[in-house]
Amino acid sequence: MIPCPFRIRTVRRETQDTFTLELEPAGGSERFAFKPGQFNMLYVFGVGEIPISISGDPANAGVLMHTTREVGTVTKAMGRLKRGDIIGVRGPFGTPWPVQEAEGADVVIVAGGIGLAPLRPALYHMLAHRDRYEKIVLLYGARTPSDILYRRELQRWRAQFDLEVHITVDRAMSGWRGNVGVVTSLIPRAPFDPRSAVALVCGPEIMMRFTVLELQRRGVLPSQIYISMERNMKCGVGICGHCQLGHCFVCKDGPVFRYDRIEHLFERREI
Amino acid sequence: MLEELFMPQSEAVSEKRFILPAGQFQRLFDALHQRGYQTIAPTLLDDAIVYEPVDSVSELPIGLTDEQRAGAYRVKRNPEGRTFFRYTVGPRSWKRYLYPPRQRLWQAERNGDGRFHVLAEQEDVPRYAFIGVRACELSAIQIQDRVFLSEQYQDEHYRLRRENALLIAVNCTAPSGVCFCTSLGTGPRVRDSFDLALTEVFGNNEHFFLVEVGTERGASLVEELGLPVAADQQCQMAEALIDSAEQRILKRLDTSDLKELLYRNLDSPHWEEVAKRCLTCSNCTMVCPTCFCHTVEDVTNLQGTVAERWRQWDSCFHVDFSYIHGSAVRISEASRYRQWITHKLASWQDQFGVIGCVGCGRCITWCPVGIDITEEVRALRRREGSRAAPASPKEENHANA
Repeated sequence: MIPCPFRIRTVRRETQDTFTLELEPAGGSERFAFKPGQFNMLYVFGVGEIPISISGDPANAGVLMHTTREVGTVTKAMGRLKRGDIIGVRGPFGTPWPVQEAEGADVVIVAGGIGLAPLRPALYHMLAHRDRYEKIVLLYGARTPSDILYRRELQRWRAQFDLEVHITVDRAMSGWRGNVGVVTSLIPRAPFDPRSAVALVCGPEIMMRFTVLELQRRGVLPSQIYISMERNMKCGVGICGHCQLGHCFVCKDGPVFRYDRIEHLFERREI
Repeated sequence: MLEELFMPQSEAVSEKRFILPAGQFQRLFDALHQRGYQTIAPTLLDDAIVYEPVDSVSELPIGLTDEQRAGAYRVKRNPEGRTFFRYTVGPRSWKRYLYPPRQRLWQAERNGDGRFHVLAEQEDVPRYAFIGVRACELSAIQIQDRVFLSEQYQDEHYRLRRENALLIAVNCTAPSGVCFCTSLGTGPRVRDSFDLALTEVFGNNEHFFLVEVGTERGASLVEELGLPVAADQQCQMAEALIDSAEQRILKRLDTSDLKELLYRNLDSPHWEEVAKRCLTCSNCTMVCPTCFCHTVEDVTNLQGTVAERWRQWDSCFHVDFSYIHGSAVRISEASRYRQWITHKLASWQDQFGVIGCVGCGRCITWCPVGIDITEEVRALRRREGSRAAPASPKEENHANA
């Protein structure tokens, strides 16, 4: 349970307040295997340790990627790290997105803000095995056009004929000719078959709340919706108690939950 | 697997019971010291009976008893005389030794620009002999075993302490007003999971311990001490004391339907009512022998060359316990009390297969405002009962309005 040293290969600024760290094992050439949706506990020397989802390609186990937003002490310190610096890694922890279960069905991915980061490994996986899925639709909402994460990748994906990408922003700026409004506004006209589609949702809790409602309004069953939850975490292995959500430990029973299994908790305040 | 590792056989190794005269009690301590154990036992500290390293029987709370009720704890002289164990449990539990309140997990040393390496904690843990473990506390230890030594994750710090610990239990003969172990089936009689179990018999010019053997380790101690086999009459005297204790435990927690009761009542107005009294001081979680939540703290030396990770008991009553960027999840007092009691009595069952409460009553005694977990459960049931009952005329009027 002690952090493994990883070396920072690159620090890439994504937006004004988000960045991606590309890490490689500092100890040797061991590969880092993970499943889409899992997270690591990242440690900055002398500052602290926090859970951050893995945002890279699960097929490329030589590089470990984490995209995060600078909001707290640790993420701010992380943002000041540079190439060659060492960061501590514990993981991977948690449950994955149901990329196997979704095979043969339409997949609708709904992401809000930095919530796109934990979904990116699932997208990589599905695009690498494109023939296993029917329609894949990505609905992404950002605060402003300049907050759009993975911009280049989104442009490339959007040009692809077998992936639908719809983007919206809460607040437009001059020059923006795209959608304006919350991400849920994209759901009614998104092209997927609600009877068979599997929905993967990640973003702020309030966004997930309304997304789940809108998906159900389209006819997607709660058992076909998966959401990724966030809670305070200290250990990652279910013994510190911080991440409890009802009877679940988000660190090991989540972060990805099938919605019908936590519906009764998700709808309650201060659980 | 747990059971194989740490849990002594449930059937006693020897059906025979033995007698340890009170005057020879020190010999047991000495034998344990000779085997390399650090003996931890009850002693009086700051007007409370707590578990501390104790080498001599003279440091035990001789001739003392305790009086406990909601929000109150007093140590008093035992009018019976110079007894060793005529009290129940104090503010501390054995969790303090198996899962210390604050402990270092690892250290990291900076070596050069932006680099560091992590050093695992090399722990030199004493082999503990716990003397005076009550039945409810044995259950509490087993509950924490499920938390820290699960199939998914084994906590090495806990394991190091737990696997060498020798447990000398004591049957309760003087329950307090907050005890409700009988409701949870955890006491007052010690049933299993001990190395030795003692029952202190005092009175009519007699003062001895009836000794039951739970493991081979315990048996070898009895053999070394050369204890005589107890006579039937001596066994009966001890049994009578435990039976009498059992009858004097009056506090009840109705465990039927308990999980469902709490799950049904997540939105109960009762939580607001408790919040008017609860100070969210976290005393209940600190004294609870099963509460396991902790936080971690990172500290560095002044030069910033060495960083340490410490873990420290934490409590779901603290606002920052549930903090995630920008805000805490459980801000209201009501939500924090609900979290604690719902976890303890309900979700614990889903997580670990048992109720997280052993009925020791510590949370009741040490609550500064005397909130009683059994009363709160009763209040929830009462509210449900009144809701299920036919509506009063007043409510009917309201419905018609």
